[in-house]
Amino acid sequence: MIRGRRRGIAPGAAAALALLVALSGCARRDTRTTLRFWGMGREGEVVSQLLGGFERENPDVRVVVQQIPWSAAHEKLLTAYVGRSTPDVSQLGNTWVPEFAALEAIEPLGHRLEQAPFGPGSFFRGIWDTNVIGGRVYGVPWYVDTRLIFYRKDLLARAGYDSIPPTWSGWLEAMRAVKREVGPDRYAIFLPLNEWNPPIILGMQAGSPLLVDDGTRAAFDDSSFRAGFDFYLDLFREKLAPPVTGNEIANVYQEFSRGYFAMWITGPWNLGEFRRRLPADQQDDWATSPMPGPRGAASGISMAGGSSLVMFRDSKHKREAWKLIEYLSRPEVQLEFWRLTGDLPGRVETWRDTALAADPKMHAFEEQLRRVEPLPKVPEMEQIAIRLQDWVERAVRGTVPPDRALASLSDEVDRMLEKRRWLRAHGRLDGSTP
Amino acid sequence: MSRTSERVQQRAAWGFLAPALILIGSFFFVPILAGLVMSFTDFDIYSIGRPDTIRFVGLSNYHQVLTSSEFWHAMRNTGFFVGVGGPLSVLTSLVAALLVNSKLARWKSFFRTVYFTPVVTTMVAVAIVWRYLLHTRYGLINAGLGALHLPAVDWLGDPHWAMPAIILLSVWKNFGYNMLIFIAGLQAIPEELYEAAELDGAGSVARFRHVTLPSLAPTFLFVGVMTMIGQFQIFAEPYVMTQGGPLRSTVTVVLLMYEQGFRWWRMGLATSMAFVLFAVTLVATAIQLRLQGGRR
Repeated sequence: MIRGRRRGIAPGAAAALALLVALSGCARRDTRTTLRFWGMGREGEVVSQLLGGFERENPDVRVVVQQIPWSAAHEKLLTAYVGRSTPDVSQLGNTWVPEFAALEAIEPLGHRLEQAPFGPGSFFRGIWDTNVIGGRVYGVPWYVDTRLIFYRKDLLARAGYDSIPPTWSGWLEAMRAVKREVGPDRYAIFLPLNEWNPPIILGMQAGSPLLVDDGTRAAFDDSSFRAGFDFYLDLFREKLAPPVTGNEIANVYQEFSRGYFAMWITGPWNLGEFRRRLPADQQDDWATSPMPGPRGAASGISMAGGSSLVMFRDSKHKREAWKLIEYLSRPEVQLEFWRLTGDLPGRVETWRDTALAADPKMHAFEEQLRRVEPLPKVPEMEQIAIRLQDWVERAVRGTVPPDRALASLSDEVDRMLEKRRWLRAHGRLDGSTP
Repeated sequence: MSRTSERVQQRAAWGFLAPALILIGSFFFVPILAGLVMSFTDFDIYSIGRPDTIRFVGLSNYHQVLTSSEFWHAMRNTGFFVGVGGPLSVLTSLVAALLVNSKLARWKSFFRTVYFTPVVTTMVAVAIVWRYLLHTRYGLINAGLGALHLPAVDWLGDPHWAMPAIILLSVWKNFGYNMLIFIAGLQAIPEELYEAAELDGAGSVARFRHVTLPSLAPTFLFVGVMTMIGQFQIFAEPYVMTQGGPLRSTVTVVLLMYEQGFRWWRMGLATSMAFVLFAVTLVATAIQLRLQGGRR
């Protein structure tokens, strides 16, 4: 027995020794700094194709990309932070920036920005603003996202319009004209009840700050949000929009193609989807338009979305991490990124490139991106938006009167923000700790 | 036996128990205690980076849970799942056990294995298959309804049908376990009882009512209580199938707890939900024990 066991150890030890030698051999050969990068969804899949250039310029740095599905990204980032295993650089949805700044998980960019080959002016103003929390910049916009109107040119033409009028009143008239044209079973606009963006955008256009007092109090029952909300509800009351959720419509592209609705407030990913999913002979029948506003084009704002590049506080390679962020922000790299993903680039210079400028459907996006505003920068915002969607749906379906829906929403949100009021009273809001 | 040797024996017993006790203590009682403490605090997203912002808030989490319409909505969904899915699941298990245990049945162990397979299959794999089965246009279940000239059902998209679909899936996934317990219970019934009943002229229905069912009462109690406790904690099925939708119609208490805890990181609130659910389960179990135990 004993002899047998001894004999068993020898090969194992030899193997372990061999492994050790092999490992140390690797370590000796590869002295490069390893940067860990987390990318989400489609961006995570393609970002490694952009990194060849970076690694050629920085032979001493190796970038390891980890792909994370969007549905798990938030939880994964939070648990990584709690478990002290955050990456060096990550893509971060810009509505999440306030949360990770409040956690003190991400690094303010501070002095690094001063020597950067770009500044706030190199990006769309509203998008840049999403990265500024309490006066400090925490991220650099990577790609941008906003909501605007996709519409059927042919249906609008039949109703006597060649584009979407820039004021609310003109827009409403156009929707009524379309509705008269298409009849009772079809609609002018699609506002899915499981999306919170349209009511929030209309409220913001009407001048509502959504939250007040440093994001510690809800402002949903004040007159400005009410104005946007009434406009939104009227679209359902006048049967210009069908009171349905996205789930109740089996194939939204097919319905758009059939003319079930003529307008849809949605985002840039649908540029690609429309090209892919609508029949070839309908490709000239659709167009994009910036959001109308209550007082004309200038008030036709939309929300600033997209993803930023951030570096984490725990990173031991911040110098290299910043180099990577700088590299990914170069106009030519951004353009390549756009070609790979269809994501709209954050750098304004990129939009002057012929490929982007030549596409008429992009013009509306460029115009809209100059008029975007961030949502209130509080960690609770996503949760607030979901509560809003819930109450808005009840108001549209008529189970709760609009006044009570807004009052209840405000109550609920105020309760959610209690901790912020306490932090504010103790002067500890927005990283005011040293 | 002297007192000292008794003490030595006692010490030895503690020694043998120690590994298990330490494991249970550190991985069961300590976390539960920590959870209980946490449920009296406002542990939230701000507290992760700055633990000094944690406040003791007394019972306010419990107050918030008990007055929140969202929680009661989730509780109603869970209650529906337990109230409909529970009896259905027990009944299915019993029928399957009777079939498999029947003297007429062939290939008993084959069927036992087949019926038990869903229990040991990964929920995620099951979910993928069931999404195909439940598909509105291409699904096997709707094809079956169509063959019976019944209208197609949008199982996972219609708020009225999503929970029944989840119940269907859950019953199918879990009945095998209870079936095994029922089979064991059936096999423990002495054959003489049936023979005596038969001699007295009892038909098969009477034999089932007056011999099988009463003999199975303890099994019923066990199966009923365990099934209910398990079903109050339903999470995986709605999490992988519907994420609580459509229209929050499949949000269960544990799913809501998960959302509050790991999505919004409101740990204080989430843990207080866990203890409320524990209390509800305890009361429901006591009621069930009283009802079923009283019959015996």
